[in-house]
Amino acid sequence: MELAYALVIGALTASGVYLMLRARTFPVVMGLTLLSYGVNLFLFSSGRLATGGQPIIGSTADYADPLPQALVLTAIVIGFAMTAFVVVLALRNQADNDDDHVDGRRPAPSPDEDNEEDKGR
Amino acid sequence: MTLLLVVLLPFIGAIAAPLFAQAGRTAIAIASSVPALVALAALFPHWPTLAEGGTLVQTYQWLPAVGLSLSFRLDGLSLLFALLILVIGLLIILYARYYLKAKENVGKFYSLLLCFKGAMLGIVLSSNLLLMLIFWELTSLVSFLLISFWNHKQDARRGARMALAITGGGGLALLAGILLIGRIVGSYELDDVLAAGDLIKAHALYPFALTLVLLGAFTKSAQFPFHFWLPHAMQAPTPVSAYLHSATMVKAGIFLMARLYPALAGTEQWFYMVSFTGMATLLIGAYVALFKHDLKGLLAHSTVSHLGLITLLFGMGTKLAAVAAVFHVINHAIFKASLFMAAGIIDHETGTRDMRRINGLWRFMPHTATLAMVAASSMAGVPLLNGFLSKEMFFAEALELNLPGIWAYIPPLVATLAGIFAVAYSARFIHDVFFNGKPVDLPIYPPHEPPRYMKIPVEILVFACIMVGMFPAISIGPLLYAAASATLGGDVPEYQLAVMHGFNLPLMMSFLAFFGGLLMYSQRQKFFDFHARFKEIDEKAVFERAALWLEDLAGRLTARLENGSLQRYALLLVVSAIVVALVPISSQGILIGSNGLTPLDWPTGIAAGLLALCALATAAMHRDRFYALVLLSVVGLLVSLAFARFSAPDLAMTQLSVEVVTIVLLMLALYYMPSWTPIETSWPRRVRDIAIALTAGVGMTLITLAMLTQPFESISSYFLANSKPGGGGTNAVNVILVDFRGFDTLGEITVLAIAALGIYAMLKNTAMTPPPGDGQGHPWTRDAYPVMLRQIARPMLPLALMVSLYIFLRGHNLPGGGFIAGLITSVALVLQYIASGMVWTQERVPFRYHNVIGIGLLLAVIAGAGSFAFGYPFLTTTFGYITWPVVGKFEVASALVFDLGVYFTVIGATLLALVSIGRLSPHSAIKSKKGGV
Repeated sequence: MELAYALVIGALTASGVYLMLRARTFPVVMGLTLLSYGVNLFLFSSGRLATGGQPIIGSTADYADPLPQALVLTAIVIGFAMTAFVVVLALRNQADNDDDHVDGRRPAPSPDEDNEEDKGR
Repeated sequence: MTLLLVVLLPFIGAIAAPLFAQAGRTAIAIASSVPALVALAALFPHWPTLAEGGTLVQTYQWLPAVGLSLSFRLDGLSLLFALLILVIGLLIILYARYYLKAKENVGKFYSLLLCFKGAMLGIVLSSNLLLMLIFWELTSLVSFLLISFWNHKQDARRGARMALAITGGGGLALLAGILLIGRIVGSYELDDVLAAGDLIKAHALYPFALTLVLLGAFTKSAQFPFHFWLPHAMQAPTPVSAYLHSATMVKAGIFLMARLYPALAGTEQWFYMVSFTGMATLLIGAYVALFKHDLKGLLAHSTVSHLGLITLLFGMGTKLAAVAAVFHVINHAIFKASLFMAAGIIDHETGTRDMRRINGLWRFMPHTATLAMVAASSMAGVPLLNGFLSKEMFFAEALELNLPGIWAYIPPLVATLAGIFAVAYSARFIHDVFFNGKPVDLPIYPPHEPPRYMKIPVEILVFACIMVGMFPAISIGPLLYAAASATLGGDVPEYQLAVMHGFNLPLMMSFLAFFGGLLMYSQRQKFFDFHARFKEIDEKAVFERAALWLEDLAGRLTARLENGSLQRYALLLVVSAIVVALVPISSQGILIGSNGLTPLDWPTGIAAGLLALCALATAAMHRDRFYALVLLSVVGLLVSLAFARFSAPDLAMTQLSVEVVTIVLLMLALYYMPSWTPIETSWPRRVRDIAIALTAGVGMTLITLAMLTQPFESISSYFLANSKPGGGGTNAVNVILVDFRGFDTLGEITVLAIAALGIYAMLKNTAMTPPPGDGQGHPWTRDAYPVMLRQIARPMLPLALMVSLYIFLRGHNLPGGGFIAGLITSVALVLQYIASGMVWTQERVPFRYHNVIGIGLLLAVIAGAGSFAFGYPFLTTTFGYITWPVVGKFEVASALVFDLGVYFTVIGATLLALVSIGRLSPHSAIKSKKGGV
């Protein structure tokens, strides 16, 4: 169980990081969303994995840790606020620059854009 | 209270003084003297105690956790320095009244001068090393502002910057040194530090602490090789030079050495570092002073030399040397301040400070000339003047120094040589300026005596030179004894303050220095020619070059790291996170913990596999944004299933509803953006990114695995135990959110509100035209609001609202609560927007979401503040039970109001964000009708 859970977090992190390193805003936003899923699951699992132990008093004998759950609950909502903010930032970038590159500048006309990093764009 | 008052008064004066600037220079000078006069009156009653070696310590707590207290200490040493600061400060105020021109910014000048006085008093009166450091840095800052008082002059600005860089840098070293001392002793209080001298000196960290503290002292007191800032600080107005750069601030480093003498001195390292630095400074300053044509330049280098002398005396380590050092501090402050004032008068009356042009002033200003000549003679060490006495003590101590072999001759030789130079430059000051032919091409001709009152400060100081020189035991004896006793920790050696000690070796050295100096001056042309053969090093140019080089290096480094590419930043961030995580992993290793693995049941396994697969597919297919988004929503749904699977129903519900809103939001955004991501990175870079991503993924897998299999101790048993009896609810998660950790939640909904308002502000005046189709040739559907969806969505609304009400009310006891209910309501409303359009919905939901957010936050704060009325801290909750006719026994908790606030904030924030994006398109046409959302 732990192994599967850990692998899921690894997959979320890897996909999230890869998308975060892309050059366009939309994939970056998706990457951040994936990464925040991973982080939320990770934080949640600091209370360990319990089956049938919902922390409702009186419903079970052995409760799961409620504290990480409370933390992650707010983290999910804040994560939503962050995603919304970043998406709107990307929209504004698109509106102002007519382009969705993360560096927020108008695209160079030449096709050698993949060197943008080395040229110190 | 007294000492705190003494330190604070000048700062109060600094605020008040500029108010008098309009009333003229005399008024502001009088107003500025008040703090010093009051301070002197406040210190006077303590003299009898201090004269017997007593100490007065007054302590007020400030930040006890870091060892910082407002503690002040008055003993002989701090009294001596406080008197120098206050008395010379008063004379400077009078002098500056006539030195400054009426059109200059006198308010600023006096304000800064008073600030400086307060900071300086703070240094000498602090009994806490950290507190002292604060004042120490303050003097550097104020000195910077005073040197650049004439900030239209480039030289003044550069000189000020250099002084700040050197003394400020030294201050940093001193901070580190003080922290080390504090670490060794366990306290920053001076009483503890001075008592722990042996402990400090035996500690392994002593060499570092000493070096750092001395770095601070040496930079402040212009010791070689940091001496060069002082001559360049002479761009300051002369009252500032006289006050800061001869009498007080540059003595702060000396004061520090004296203050920490019992704690740090007496080791070999102290001896070598302090005495050799002092010796080098003494010689270099004296040598260079002779060749300066600038009147203030000569005095500045002579100051450097005398500071070196005092440092050398402290370095010698004998008790008598320390007494001599304290004595010379007094004497130097007196004669050098008067000399600077005289130089300022000459500058003021002739318009220049160049000694090649100023000659023969005796005929024009005999009064000033007499004063300056007496002071200069004292600087040269002529008998019957105060400079002679301490110099004599210095010579005696130089002879006493027991160095092995041939080294024993070095200190007396250096001392005599420096004495010769001192006599030579003093002779130059007297002869070149007041005699030596006629003035050459003076800007102001003929020069006059200055205003009567401008000479009074000089007269007082020169009178002190003579008094101390002739009747040392009566005039300065008691104060010197008290100061020396405080420096040495009460253990004062036998010494005699007398004009003559008989014919002995020190006297011979004095004679040798005197006649040697006169001889040297008479042969000065030869020395000048000799000196001219060497190219003079312009320290300022070197310093500027070094500063520019450093700036350039920093600039290039920054440009490499921060090249404007967000992609680069993200890369650096991820790579550094990986590196930071790798360090502990590589040293400790990550293993499966003692709890071991539990078996996997196949439904969970399938869901986990699907989740991982969808996540990876999102990344792999990200170019086609729409499909990637669909995959992303699958991931989100599976995550909420994971929460449900592992006993977190609240999380599952939250994740589910957030997921819906997020996907709608991303979908809306995608409408305005290209639906296809072009390939624009080369394949090696993609491979590199994949490698980084896989490293991060594998790392997180290992860390998670290690964490999950470790046994752990949770603090949650408290929450579980108190959830029902303390918070009145059985849903521990909800009780934590609205009760135990209510303050956190309040902060979080505030963040949510700010994010939503930020979104609104960002899109307020933006209009976007969506692309005509999805970018691949497919046009959008013409049926924007399908009939089926519309017909289903409308009856859904009341149903959904009821569900959310139910979820909200039961939240305290069963999964649910404000967050989830708010999200469900949002989803229900969003559905109306999607199904029926902005115009239709907006007409039926006639409130502004800003207000909803406001109401929500207000409710939460009111719920929290309500507990004040009953005398409880913020966000204390209470609960009771009422019986409703139909529902039965029902629990009402005050936390419910708080949760209602959460509910409204969530609705307002979510809808404000979505509607802001929704109305971007010109089709929505809502702006003109309703004037915003």
